[in-house]
Amino acid sequence: MHLKTDYNFHDPGQRYFRAYRPGDDFYEALIEAHRDLDDEQSERLNARLILLLCNHIGDLRVLREALDAAREDL
Amino acid sequence: MFLTYTNPVYEYRKTADQSAAQPVHHPLIVVGAGPIGMGAAIDAAVQGLDVLVLDDNNTVSVGSRAVCYSKRALEVLDRLGCAERMIDKGVTWQVGKVFFQDELVHRFDLLPRPGHKIPAFINLQQYYLEEYMVDRMRQLDGLEVRWKNRVTAVVPRDDGAELTVDTPDGEYRLSCDWLIVADGANSDVRSMLGLQSSGKVFEDRFLIADIVMKADFPPERWFNFDPSYHRGQSTLLHKQSDNVWRLDFQLGWDKDPEEEKKPEKVIPRVRAMLGEDVDFELEWASVYTFQCRRMPRFRHGRVIFAGDAAHQVSPFGARGANSGLQDTDNLIWKLRLVMQGRAPERLIDSYCDEREYAADENILNSTRSTDFITPKSKVSRHFRDATLELAKRFDFARRLINSGRLSDTAVLVDSPLNTPDGDAFSSDLVPGSVMDDAPVIGHVGGRAVHWLLEALDARFHLLLFVDEDGLKDEQTREMLRSAQQQPIPLHPVLIGPRPLNDDVFDSLVDTEGLAAARCDARPGTAYLIRPDQHVAARWRRLDPQALSRALARATAQNEE
Ligand SMILES: Cc1cc2nc3c(=O)[nH]c(=O)nc-3n(C[C@H](O)[C@H](O)[C@H](O)COP(=O)(O)OP(=O)(O)OC[C@H]3O[C@@H](n4cnc5c(N)ncnc54)[C@H](O)[C@@H]3O)c2cc1C
Repeated sequence: MHLKTDYNFHDPGQRYFRAYRPGDDFYEALIEAHRDLDDEQSERLNARLILLLCNHIGDLRVLREALDAAREDL
Repeated sequence: MFLTYTNPVYEYRKTADQSAAQPVHHPLIVVGAGPIGMGAAIDAAVQGLDVLVLDDNNTVSVGSRAVCYSKRALEVLDRLGCAERMIDKGVTWQVGKVFFQDELVHRFDLLPRPGHKIPAFINLQQYYLEEYMVDRMRQLDGLEVRWKNRVTAVVPRDDGAELTVDTPDGEYRLSCDWLIVADGANSDVRSMLGLQSSGKVFEDRFLIADIVMKADFPPERWFNFDPSYHRGQSTLLHKQSDNVWRLDFQLGWDKDPEEEKKPEKVIPRVRAMLGEDVDFELEWASVYTFQCRRMPRFRHGRVIFAGDAAHQVSPFGARGANSGLQDTDNLIWKLRLVMQGRAPERLIDSYCDEREYAADENILNSTRSTDFITPKSKVSRHFRDATLELAKRFDFARRLINSGRLSDTAVLVDSPLNTPDGDAFSSDLVPGSVMDDAPVIGHVGGRAVHWLLEALDARFHLLLFVDEDGLKDEQTREMLRSAQQQPIPLHPVLIGPRPLNDDVFDSLVDTEGLAAARCDARPGTAYLIRPDQHVAARWRRLDPQALSRALARATAQNEE
């Protein structure tokens, strides 16, 4: 496995006293990014977001595993 | 009248104040005998202040409301002498399960952390908490409660407030130096002063039902997302005392609250959830809309707001009463020092700084939980459901599930009362955090104690770690002796691996070394601890000047 699937949210330089906090910060930012968008706009945002993140990761071994994991039992 | 509980009736009594020609003066008055008003009053009396409590009712909470009490709230209640009965009567639990479309996707364990007196959480009906607090109030000198005394007007003054109080015998007036307002979420006093609590109302309705059943479900918190018997919504099941179970059903915004709380509507929902063959009786049901909001400032001159009157959260995460009890824990020692003329009035402003910060954190966490539980758009529902699906397979997704982050204590990192760390510590007990508990043996002020937090009563303490030889350095001994004699006395407590028999200072044995481990302490390490058990400062080596500066800072006596 090259894909990290254990909890990996963090914010370098930020001190967290609760383990759930960086993940919740992320989740809120994600939902907030969609605020006031209609469904089609949201889908476009998600597509852009996926492409940006995939390029950032770059490593095709990771990306293929992620694609497989996401497709499983759909 | 409930199946398992009969509300006590506390008698209204006419007092001499009601026939006085002039408004009778009381130094400290508390409006409201809910958990928070009673917490304030008990703490005040324990700390030697005279206090008068006015409540418009004559009984405890009708129906349960709060269910879960956190470790920190129980630690506060323990200092007030109320926690033991609660823990005996309550249900101690630690396992939570999350289901998505009837499938278990996550199980968490709030491990009973070893070496702590108080469990992570207990469940208990709110009326028991209140009844035990009333019983405790009755044991205390200097504390008077007046039932069926409704505050109908408050006129703030520079040096206090004047109140009009309505009773079965008509109105009378009172005055006070300080007024603590704990009259609940729809605070009358807040409206009387033209003040607001503002924030966010969640457009959703929840049916809260308490049922009595003898079932062999384990005492666990079961949270169901989108269960087959209640499609598209969520439900929660949790055990309380006396075989009473708390059920929550998310209903949606379009439901009629009056209709939904009728037994003929509630019972079929319960059957659908628990199965046709489960025998139960309905004890109490109510329909709520939740909000997250707070007052911009908790203090208005001599009028101080606490509990739901000051801030309100949705109940996912059990942050209401738990945080309110931390308000009064924070407030009362400050008020005592100010009322006794030992600290300047601006010490009370730090109550606002600290508890507004904590309220914001609570509101943030409970807003996030509510948003996760009740997604507001198609895309947020997709993300929520994807998180729950992936949780079956992946750890990261399990940890993103937010079915209510359970109440924890705010670390008051930005408090003006803190002295920031100068020395390096690996321990998270930074200035502004609550001191961690640990098993110890020793005596403090002649009292036998078995836990570190039991040793820390409502005074300032200096916890000084020593080796088996104890504290030998004469200069330090002299410094600590004189610190005990100051207007705000500092109570030194030595703590080490062996019994010390020091004939001047109280000492504790760190029986399992857990206190030193949790504090990252070596011999010579010192923690300055506030009366509310928060760390104010810590050092590797004690320095008299640093100590007195930190103490001045922690009591707002430093230069502004
Ligand atoms: C469904 C539900 C579940 C909850 N679950 C939890 C939980 O699990 N854990 C948790 O910590 N919290 C929980 N809460 C929140 C908790 O119930 C409240 O935070 C708590 O009761 C607040 O206490 P309080 O003393 O501030 O206010 P209240 O309990 O509302 O008390 C206010 C008191 O003031 C009196 N009063 C009002 N007006 C006047 C007046 N004008 N004059 C004199 N007296 C007056 C009232 O009679 C009352 O006694 C829950 C709440 C709900 C609704």
